[in-house]
Amino acid sequence: MAIRREDTADCFVMPGKMVLPVQYFAGRVGSKFIISLRDDKKILGVKCPKCDKVYAPPREFCEKDLAKLDENWVELGNEGIITNYTIVNYNDRHLPLKAPYILALIKVDGADTPFAHIVSGIDPDQVTIGMRVKAVFAEKTTNTILDIAHFVPVID
Amino acid sequence: MAKKNRNVAIVGIGQTEYSSHKEYQNQPEMINEAVRAALNDANLTLDDIDCVVHGNMELFECVHQPDLWHVLGTGSYGKPAFRITTGGTTGATVVCAADNLVASGLYDVVMAIGFEKLQEAGSTTAGITNMADPLWYRHLQTGALTSAEANLLIDEFGGERSRRAAMKHRIMMDKNAALNPRAHRRFGLEYEQLEDLMNASPPLVGELRLIHMCSQSDGACVMIFAAEEKAREICSRPVWIRDHIAVHKEEMVANNYAWEKPETSHHRAARILFERNGITDPVEYFDVFEMYDPSSWWGLDWIREFLLLDGDEHIKMVENGDLNIDGKLPLNPSGGVTSANPIGATAMARSAEAALQIRGDAGPHQIKKEVKHGLASGFGGTMWTVLIMLEKDLDWQEVG
Repeated sequence: MAIRREDTADCFVMPGKMVLPVQYFAGRVGSKFIISLRDDKKILGVKCPKCDKVYAPPREFCEKDLAKLDENWVELGNEGIITNYTIVNYNDRHLPLKAPYILALIKVDGADTPFAHIVSGIDPDQVTIGMRVKAVFAEKTTNTILDIAHFVPVID
Repeated sequence: MAKKNRNVAIVGIGQTEYSSHKEYQNQPEMINEAVRAALNDANLTLDDIDCVVHGNMELFECVHQPDLWHVLGTGSYGKPAFRITTGGTTGATVVCAADNLVASGLYDVVMAIGFEKLQEAGSTTAGITNMADPLWYRHLQTGALTSAEANLLIDEFGGERSRRAAMKHRIMMDKNAALNPRAHRRFGLEYEQLEDLMNASPPLVGELRLIHMCSQSDGACVMIFAAEEKAREICSRPVWIRDHIAVHKEEMVANNYAWEKPETSHHRAARILFERNGITDPVEYFDVFEMYDPSSWWGLDWIREFLLLDGDEHIKMVENGDLNIDGKLPLNPSGGVTSANPIGATAMARSAEAALQIRGDAGPHQIKKEVKHGLASGFGGTMWTVLIMLEKDLDWQEVG
């Protein structure tokens, strides 16, 4: 069957570009987490006095019981375990590394919640759930979560 | 009136202060401040909330699906939740949705959230202009900055009288804002400055000057709605939602005025709402009107639209001080939108402030005489009107 093709001669296309500059106020709680990474190379969390959950990254209030958490800081380990992972296999301008690389959920020692980060120093085929990893801090600060450059496997 | 399965009351209200900067809080933290204030006000805990409705301007903070991220502050973890985004009208639409969700019988207690953190938004006007058709109008769009109503007023009533009335409206709003500790902008303007401001304030578009225009504000507003039975059990001073209406139309593509000036969405909303509720004289009936007035020119023009006035009655009301906080029908005792505009919260704050007036809890900007009947409007581009009637007593007569 022949595919019908529309005649698109004289159909005008408007080129456009949306310029959306934006800024984000991290707040006191988020800022403290980043400052600790930057200045002390330490990962901080907050512990809920009601449900005992330790959140990392931290938050001002427990989402489950609204208990105030920001006076309950705890220092967490710079090591932890991979609770899940995926392999990024495509390249795009917004991505931090060239593919392929490992993007993992890492629960650092002392925390109840994992957060996402990059795992390097290992072939993507070799990564496993439960693998122990440790933070490698960035040499130059960006005042973001990328003040941890990436995690690498802990070699026993 | 619109058919309801059961009556719905406002049982809790929480607002942050509205301001230009909130570096100390991220978005969920700011929302959480208002959530806790509303729960405290209602003497409820999160366990009492059956459903959460969340709203703000689409993409103004460049966050996709902010309602999901904001679970950290909204308390909607594990609860049914909705996101509503109807432009500037959002806060009022969230109120309508919460009212409908309770009135329908689906939920007994619904928490409604409106917020905006405009200081994080880089270029809101650039975003707004994308509402216009790219081929015909986008390149010509000035966003919310418009002189159209000013020009129409000047055509009808002359430049001098119109300009004076618009500036008097602005000073009246600033005088009210001076009493409201949550208002963003409190300049301390005096009526003696009227002529100076008419000449000295920087011009923006046509007759619209900087002083006429609303601010860009940060803040959150939260309201809790409950079914009648529950409201009577938990709340000593419930404020009842009598009725609400939404009317909207596109004004960018159709060059309406070229053939005939159509009825405005505000006028249509007011006409139908008052008719079905048996309100024949809104100026006489209502004790407070919290209007979404993005600029003083719009505010001035829309008094006539919403209150179904004829000729120059609206201008006379401004000239005579009938809309002052101690006047016949106080307009925006909160200071209105020219004094604070955290957009996703703005239209909700109109209902919240009208309800606080009815409860007698507004604080320093409380109207002195008793407030029994409140009117609150929402507005968004291009012309999206929501009009809400609030009552102190559940004693109105059904009409039709």
